Formats: sequence, structure tokens, C-alpha cells
Amino acid sequence: MEKFVTHTGTAIPLRRSNVDTDQIIPAVYLKRVTKSGFEDGLFAAWRNDPEFVLNQPEYKAATILVAGADFGTGSSREHAVWALQNYGFKAVISSRFADIFRGNSLKGGLLTVILPQENVEKIWSAIEADPTASVTVDLEAKNVRLGSEVYPFELDDYTRWRLMEGLDDIGLTLKNIDSVTAYESSRPAYKPKTLPARS
Amino acid sequence: MSKTLAEKIWADHIVRSAQGEPDLVYIDLHLIHEVTSAQAFDGLRLAGRQVRRPDLTIATEDHNTPTLNIDLPIADPVSKLQVDTLRQNCAEFGVRIHSLGDAEQGIVHVVGPQLGLTQPGMTIVCGDSHTSTHGAFGALAFGIGTSEVEHVLATQTLPLVRPKTMAINVDGVLPDGVTAKDVILAIIAKIGTGGGQGYVIEYRGSAIRALSMEGRMTICNMSIEAGARAGLIAPDEKTFEYVRTKPHAPQGADWDAALSYWKTLTTDADAKFDVEISLKAEELAPFVTWGTNPGQGLPLNASVPNPADINDVAERGAAERALTYMGLEAGVPLKSIKVDTIFLGSCTNGRIEDLRAAANILKGKKKADSVRMLVVPGSARVRLQAEQEGLDKVFIDFGAEWRNAGCSMCLGMNPDQLAVGERSASTSNRNFEGRQGKGGRTHLVSPLVAAATAIRGTLSSPADL
Repeated sequence: MEKFVTHTGTAIPLRRSNVDTDQIIPAVYLKRVTKSGFEDGLFAAWRNDPEFVLNQPEYKAATILVAGADFGTGSSREHAVWALQNYGFKAVISSRFADIFRGNSLKGGLLTVILPQENVEKIWSAIEADPTASVTVDLEAKNVRLGSEVYPFELDDYTRWRLMEGLDDIGLTLKNIDSVTAYESSRPAYKPKTLPARS
Repeated sequence: MSKTLAEKIWADHIVRSAQGEPDLVYIDLHLIHEVTSAQAFDGLRLAGRQVRRPDLTIATEDHNTPTLNIDLPIADPVSKLQVDTLRQNCAEFGVRIHSLGDAEQGIVHVVGPQLGLTQPGMTIVCGDSHTSTHGAFGALAFGIGTSEVEHVLATQTLPLVRPKTMAINVDGVLPDGVTAKDVILAIIAKIGTGGGQGYVIEYRGSAIRALSMEGRMTICNMSIEAGARAGLIAPDEKTFEYVRTKPHAPQGADWDAALSYWKTLTTDADAKFDVEISLKAEELAPFVTWGTNPGQGLPLNASVPNPADINDVAERGAAERALTYMGLEAGVPLKSIKVDTIFLGSCTNGRIEDLRAAANILKGKKKADSVRMLVVPGSARVRLQAEQEGLDKVFIDFGAEWRNAGCSMCLGMNPDQLAVGERSASTSNRNFEGRQGKGGRTHLVSPLVAAATAIRGTLSSPADL
């Protein structure tokens, strides 16, 4: 996984709440068996509308998505994270994220930043007034900077460390695999097994 | 210290707990399907890793599979590749799979319980958000992303932050015609699509206890629509009896040991939930969604709301957008809305009891000329059972299409989709824009409302017949 320490880029305002993962990437785009190539499916239905913010040339180069509350609800599809990353987004800012989407994003190195709605609104206004405004998402300092404004955010130390080091969870768990073996030795015998198959 | 049910199950599955780190939690059952597993198996291959516990893993094909002509190769080459990839991965890594045409094939959340692999006190995961369904057995069950699928395949564990606990109490007796689906739609309308974020919900109270296992699965299934990754219901005699007759139920001394453990799986009398919410069963009614998220629902007797009456700015904007998308005018009675397609199926309402309930309403009647109706059993086993009971004939005589098992029109990954502007009454779980097909308009309903709507052609409850 790519390390995330700090990222500076331009940002795009998505003034919609409850953006579910079916909107981020519709089901018909989920059929690929790789983690790449999902950018065409990103917000596919909405991108048919020429007025949609992603179609505005001034936001073409944006790498930070600033969305309304409850971003990423619905389906657990990690393809939503891949689609955002494949398109070029490095971070998403919202006042609330759905649990599964949030987990998926932080596993895959897409930084999801939770800011109070009032600060989201301020960022929206600023990047609408000046789409070229430079926005910095600083994981080390745990803040978002835009002009003279500094918006602090919270992230647990463990996840922050893992993202800053670019460590993958499986490797970390495998370091403690003996504890898994020990746990398994005391699992009750009545717990079901899928093999051999019974029907 | 006294604990809630969710806290007890969590504690029993902690492999490793360290200050400042998420708990490492053991996973008892990992369910797999074709859409969210390919990249996970690929990751294993790249790292030279194995599936740690194939004997705690099971796969089925459901999201992409056609519901017609299942004896032919899958027509869409991209869907076919995804299903073929699952089959190859299962063969390579030694994972049990139930493929299209197999009597145990079906929607992953219907298959687990019917095989008896879903049991009380377990931790169950799947790369699918409706894994919460299995919570109906008093299991801690939740949806995961593909990175987590890979993690479970490799280690049979997940690093997880302990969720907060929420109790939703539904006491009293449900009025006639009010089902589990109406209860959960009313709950979501009350707490909102984000209300359960960060929580495990325990559904409690006499109205919940009175539900069948199928009804409890419907409730827990849609926990995710309320924002909660998991929802559960304490197991009781109904649960034990349901599991007892299933193929993978514990046998002999194992049954006795399991049962004595399962009987401890209740929330302690003095345990505290972080949040408690209560609903009165008597006040509930058949429910239907009018908008484009599952929280935008109302009793069927109500009218389409006026966004101008909504105080919250974001919610008002969402309601305005939803009405435009749905092609609805504020103030129109919900019961006057004409529907084109009825979808009876999905992991929410595709079990045998759902088919029986709908067939009971439809028996001897004819569908409205203006509608089409798809009946898609949740699993091949459910389809066989329904045919044994003659339900297929009831549906066919009524004018409905009797299909093979799968996720089908719930998410339209296979050919079962709505056309642009087409309106459905659907027993599924999501009314998102385009969910059932690009430009399609979805009203979420119970099987009883779906059946009554198929007869009248407008959103209706059995009481309207």
C-alpha cells in the first residue's frame, strides 16, 4: 500500500448527502476481476449530466473530494474505493462516512477525513469561489489546510501509523499468527465446519 | 461485569487485544460470492499465501447469475468471467462452492442459514453488506470489503474496533398485515440511514420475539440500511428448533454442548446499551418508501411528502432530488401510485415464508394487466420447496414469472433490470437511484404489499383488496 503522509492538491465540491456506493459505482461496473479500470464507472449515472460537478473543466484535476454527510452508505463494494482512487482521488472529506466504506477506504490508503459539517461548508464555499485553491490534507499534523484556515481532524493513532507507514493489515496480523493458532486450539468442537459438506 | 449479547460474542472471539490497537477477532464462518472475492484471491496468490481455513469457508454464485436458462452458459461474457474466476479460485484453494444448477446454490444469506452453517454465538462475515441477516440467529455478522475478505482468507481473523451498542425495542402486537419488513422500514425512517453508524443493533421486545426466524432475518438484513454494520436478536427456542433440523447442525454430544452455550446468549438484565430506542408495535402499519434512500419511507396510507415541510436543509435537498428522480408530486396519495413491475425476492424477502405469504394473497387471482411480476426464490432449495408446495403454480396462474434463484433485480447485475423510468414495488432492500436498472424507480415494500400491488396495479395492502 502507498504511504499517506500529506497530500496537497485541488478539491471538488460534491454538495449531496447520502451518496451511496451504488452512485459511486453502479453494480453493472463491478464485474472486473482486477483492482484497476474502475474510473469509468465512478458516478457513472450522474456524469451523464453535463451540469454535474465532475464534468466541470475547472475541477478536472481535483484530487480531494469534499462530499455531503453520510458518504458511502449501502453496499460493501470496495470497488467504490478503487473507483475513486483509479480516478485520481487521494482523500475524501465529509462530516459522516458509512462504516463499511470508511473501513475499506482506510485499508486501501484512500484517506477519509471527518470534519464538522460547518467546516465542510466553509471548504465548499472556498473551492467554489476559487477552484484552483490549494488544499492540503496533512495526516501527520491531523489537519486540513486551505489558505489561512486550519481544520483539525481526528484519526486513531493505530490507523494513522499504518497509513503513514503504508503497512498492510495482513502482514501485521501474520506477525501474531501464533495467537491465532492458540485461539483455534481452544475453539469448541460444536462449531460448524463447511467441510466435509453435508446436505 | 454485565454484558450485552453483542459484547459477549465479541469477548468470546478475541484472539489478541493490545492497548491502542484494534482487537484481533476470530471469524467462525466466511461466506464468499463472485463479486467481491476475485481481487482477494488474487492478493493471496501474489503473496504466496493459502486460505487458512477452507473448512470455515463456503462460496456460492448469486449476484451475476441469470434467473432464466440457467442450463446455458452465462450470456454476458464479463459476468461469465467473474463466475468462472470464482470457480477457479475455489478449486485452486480448496473452498467448497455451490454453483448455478446445484440445489444449494442461491443468495449467500439464504444459503448459510438453510445449510445450518449459521448458528448462535458465531462471528460471520461476507463481502456483502447484507451479511447482517445472520444476526437473526444471535450471531455477530457483518459485511466486509474485499481487503478484509483477503485478510480473513489468509488469517481467519479481522482487526476490528469494538462497535457501540444500540437497543431497539419493539413491544406489543403487530396489527394484521404488518410484517417484519414494515417494522424495519419504520425503524429506518425513524433513525435515518446514518442512525446506526458505529453501532451493533440488538432488536428486542415482544413483537420481535413473536417473529418467525424468517421475519427476524428480514429485520436484521436491513440493519445496514439504518447504517449499522450488524444487527442481532437473542436466540431462543425458535432459533434452536430452526437450526436443529438443518444439515450442519451439531450432532449428539456436540448438540448438547452447543445448546448449553447458546442459552447463555442473552443480554444481561443490568447491562447498559449506549443508546436505546423504542417503537410500539400497535402504531406500525404497512410501510413503503417514496424516495431514493431507505429512510425515505412512510405508512402506505400517507401521501408523498412536501420537501418544503422538512426543516433540515440537507434532508430537504435530498427529498427534492428524490421526488424529481422518482417522478412524484408532493401531496399525491401513495396508494394512487401506479407500478410497472413487482419484484418478489432478494436476501430480504426471498425465503419460503415470504413466497407463501405472497402466494396466499394471489391464489385464484389474476395480476393487473399493466404490471409484470418476477418471483425469484432466494435459493434453489427455496425454489424446490415452493414447487413441492405448489406455490410455483399459484404464481404462474396469477400471471407472474417463476424464476431461478439469485440476487436478480435487487441490484440488476444480471439481465433482470428495470428500464429507464420504469417503476417497481420491490421486496428488496435498496431504493437507490438506478439500483434496479439505470433510471429505474424503486418502492420498497413487504411481500404482502407486493402481492396486493400486483393485483391492483397501484401501491396497495391486502386490506385494500
